[in-house]
Amino acid sequence: MDSTIFILALLDGVSYAALVFLVSVGLSLIFSVLRIVNVAHGSLYAYGAYVAATLSLAVAPISPWLTFPALLVASVAVGVVVGGVMERFLLRPVYGREDVLQLLITFAVFMIMDNLQRLIWGVQPIFASTPLKLLPNVSVLGVSYTSYQVILLPAVALLTVLGLRYFLRHTLAGAVILAVTEDREAATAIGVDARRVFLVTFMIGASLAALGGALASPTTSLVPGMGADMIVLSFAVAATAGLGQIEGAAVTALMIGIARAFVIYLQPEFEVLVPYLIMVLVLLIRPMGLFGVDKVRKI
Amino acid sequence: MSAPLLQARGLEIRFGGVVAADGVDLDVIEGENLAIIGPNGAGKTTFLNISTGYLKPLAGTVTFLGQDITRLPPRAITRLGIARAFQIPQLFLEQTVMENMMIAAAARSGETSGWRRLLDRPEREEMLRLLDSVGVAAFAERRAHELPEGQRKLVDIALALALKPRLLLMDEPTSGVASSEKMGVMDILVAALAREKVSSVFVEHDMDMVERYAHRVAVWSSGRIQTVGPPAQVLGDPEVRQRVIGI
Amino acid sequence: MQAPAQTSGSGLRLAIVLGLVALAAIVPILLPSWATLITLVAAKGVVVLGVIILLQAGQVSFGHAMYFAVGAYAVAFWGRHMGPGDLILYLLLGSAAATLFGAVIGLFVVRYREIFFGMLNLAFSMVLWSLLEKLYHYTNGADGIRVVRPTIAGIAFQPETFQYALLYVTLVIAVVASYVAQRYLDSPLGHMLRAIKSNETRLEYLGVSARRVLLIGYVLSAFLCGLGGALVAVAQQIATPEFGYWTKSGEFVFIAILGGSSSALGAFAGSAVFEIVRFYAAAKLANTWQLILGVVLIAIIMFAPNGLVGILNRNRRNAEARR
Ligand SMILES: Nc1ncnc2c1ncn2[C@@H]1O[C@H](COP(=O)(O)OP(=O)(O)O)[C@@H](O)[C@H]1O
Ligand SMILES: [Mg+2]
Repeated sequence: MDSTIFILALLDGVSYAALVFLVSVGLSLIFSVLRIVNVAHGSLYAYGAYVAATLSLAVAPISPWLTFPALLVASVAVGVVVGGVMERFLLRPVYGREDVLQLLITFAVFMIMDNLQRLIWGVQPIFASTPLKLLPNVSVLGVSYTSYQVILLPAVALLTVLGLRYFLRHTLAGAVILAVTEDREAATAIGVDARRVFLVTFMIGASLAALGGALASPTTSLVPGMGADMIVLSFAVAATAGLGQIEGAAVTALMIGIARAFVIYLQPEFEVLVPYLIMVLVLLIRPMGLFGVDKVRKI
Repeated sequence: MSAPLLQARGLEIRFGGVVAADGVDLDVIEGENLAIIGPNGAGKTTFLNISTGYLKPLAGTVTFLGQDITRLPPRAITRLGIARAFQIPQLFLEQTVMENMMIAAAARSGETSGWRRLLDRPEREEMLRLLDSVGVAAFAERRAHELPEGQRKLVDIALALALKPRLLLMDEPTSGVASSEKMGVMDILVAALAREKVSSVFVEHDMDMVERYAHRVAVWSSGRIQTVGPPAQVLGDPEVRQRVIGI
Repeated sequence: MQAPAQTSGSGLRLAIVLGLVALAAIVPILLPSWATLITLVAAKGVVVLGVIILLQAGQVSFGHAMYFAVGAYAVAFWGRHMGPGDLILYLLLGSAAATLFGAVIGLFVVRYREIFFGMLNLAFSMVLWSLLEKLYHYTNGADGIRVVRPTIAGIAFQPETFQYALLYVTLVIAVVASYVAQRYLDSPLGHMLRAIKSNETRLEYLGVSARRVLLIGYVLSAFLCGLGGALVAVAQQIATPEFGYWTKSGEFVFIAILGGSSSALGAFAGSAVFEIVRFYAAAKLANTWQLILGVVLIAIIMFAPNGLVGILNRNRRNAEARR
């Protein structure tokens, strides 16, 4: 393969990895604190995208630059409202019940959101690429690429890694979340309000998924089914990395994103296969994921 | 005295900074009841975990009947004849006590496939008698999670006994059992062990129990064995009394 | 599934089952449009039975639609390459293919538990799904492969009579499968499977290999899913990649919980409600049936955690308490 295609694949991979990372780190965060796999996580991604597109299309006539704040507003709004409602009214009543019931609640939310999405936005593809076009192209080793995809997206992902690290390790709220993650009973015993931690964590995780969607919206056409595809992909990344691993999720997203991009250029029909094959291979060798740690139950 | 049944040599294990086994050597002799005493966190449970393959030591070996079992998984060691009762009872909480026992019986027979219903197996009478002997036959048809802690503990011991082991390891068998009943339970247990020719190791905090039922005592402290010997001698040692028993 | 119910309960249960089977056999004679619907209910009930077996071990597979798809495609490939066959051959093919698949994949996944078990199954199913979708040359991609109407035990039926013949074969299979599943769960292996859910450590300390126990349950569940998949492919006369997509796996788990994962009856009760709601909602409320099912699922989990069968038992207990 010639070097142009090589660089193109690399850049495709990096920009895609940035988006996937945002979604999977949200999933991972929610899992490590609440011990729930949020099947509706992909729907939050899709809603982030659709709301962002709707908002951008509305504000673009006023000033195209307003589309950038629109992306941010859309993600926080979706994360806080949808995520908040989901945690407070649907998940909270089933904490302590069997895992499968908690899982199925999120599956039910997925079904409902998927259906509502079709009712609200229809099934025709939606395009809202204003933010992508506003920023200039850059040349990377002789290959021209949108700076939105190769600079802005990776920058946001990197900021998220650093931001989450700082938040969890250097702020009180972060320390409280970590304490609940480590040992829920002990944390509750010393007076931590686990319910608030759950709510806040879920909103943060949901906002990250929505942010992934909002940032993706200028780069792709929005279609039904985008959420269903994204959830399994972000599962794959989160599990391959090891659940609860922030930096691990970033590295894994990069690995999977780049591998996928190369496969698209070489053998496009196997694109969808890549993340799952990587996940299967990694988990067979390291059951706790690439960066996960093993724990022995006390008996 | 005959050859050792179980032999531990140079066991070492660490958890982060905590050294839970630091050169542990111990023999369990055929036919004896060996008590293990020592403060909380001394590494008593860890020793049982290593001896049954739940944890792998960083160094050292465990042999049982002359065979190296250090790297075997718990199920293989169990099949060789070591059964275990736990500090925290390990039961099948959603099943009835009788179902718990019958699973053990089916496991013992090795006939774990086949069409016959579990509860139609021939060992039912035997399991009921076993439950009766530790005083929990009345709970046979109750689901295990409905039982109070003390009774769970007894069922846990019965599960281990159901396997008809050569060696029974018991982690604080009478903690959780009402103090008025401790003696009765131990009487029955020790009699059953003698009758079935089962050797045993039991971790115990109650020195009266140790004095009464143990043939030998091993004193644990910070991952090491301080002394091993007959109860009268060990429990009479002022240093042991002060550092381990705290009186 | 419950420990063998005490005598009066099991008599009542038998009566309920026989009544329902008779109903399922007779209703379509009066309402021909229901013949295929009830066939689908029973066939998917067999699949859900497979999912319920794993739920007994506390394991949720979010990938079991893969065995459903394997069963369906085994039938479809035969029809495509070897020409029309017989239903009995199809059922053998579908269930054998799924069993084989289940044994191979099972060897890997039974080393994992809970979320990792669920995700590995999901990953394997997504691999299969993308192959079915992308290997257009062999699979017709998203369009799927048509399944030609088979003979049944050598007899070629007309379409109108075929749907009844298929219905009755499916009902018989559903009854036999339920009995086998129940007997399995009452056997030592079945009890050990449930023991994995509550305390795998103790199981190992009884000298039992939990992996082996789970593998046997897993293969049995793959078998049931493949059998159901073959039946559905014949009933709907098509196999598509969508049969193996993760949302289909989720649907099967959903139906298991909807009906009540503690009994074979639950598999069919859940399947009946699910398919009937979908059948009518898809006709009258084409745009919102999925939303309705989602709401139903949440309501069931919040207010009837033991599923439809749980509601039934509760009513019976209340009635007995009043007497
Ligand atoms: N699986 C484990 N992971 C981390 N630390 C452990 C583990 N098991 C035991 N420990 C530590 O090892 C030490 C010995 O524990 P244990 O053997 O349970 O003591 P004992 O039974 O004598 O009270 C304790 O400090 C305990 O916290
Ligand atoms: Mg201990």
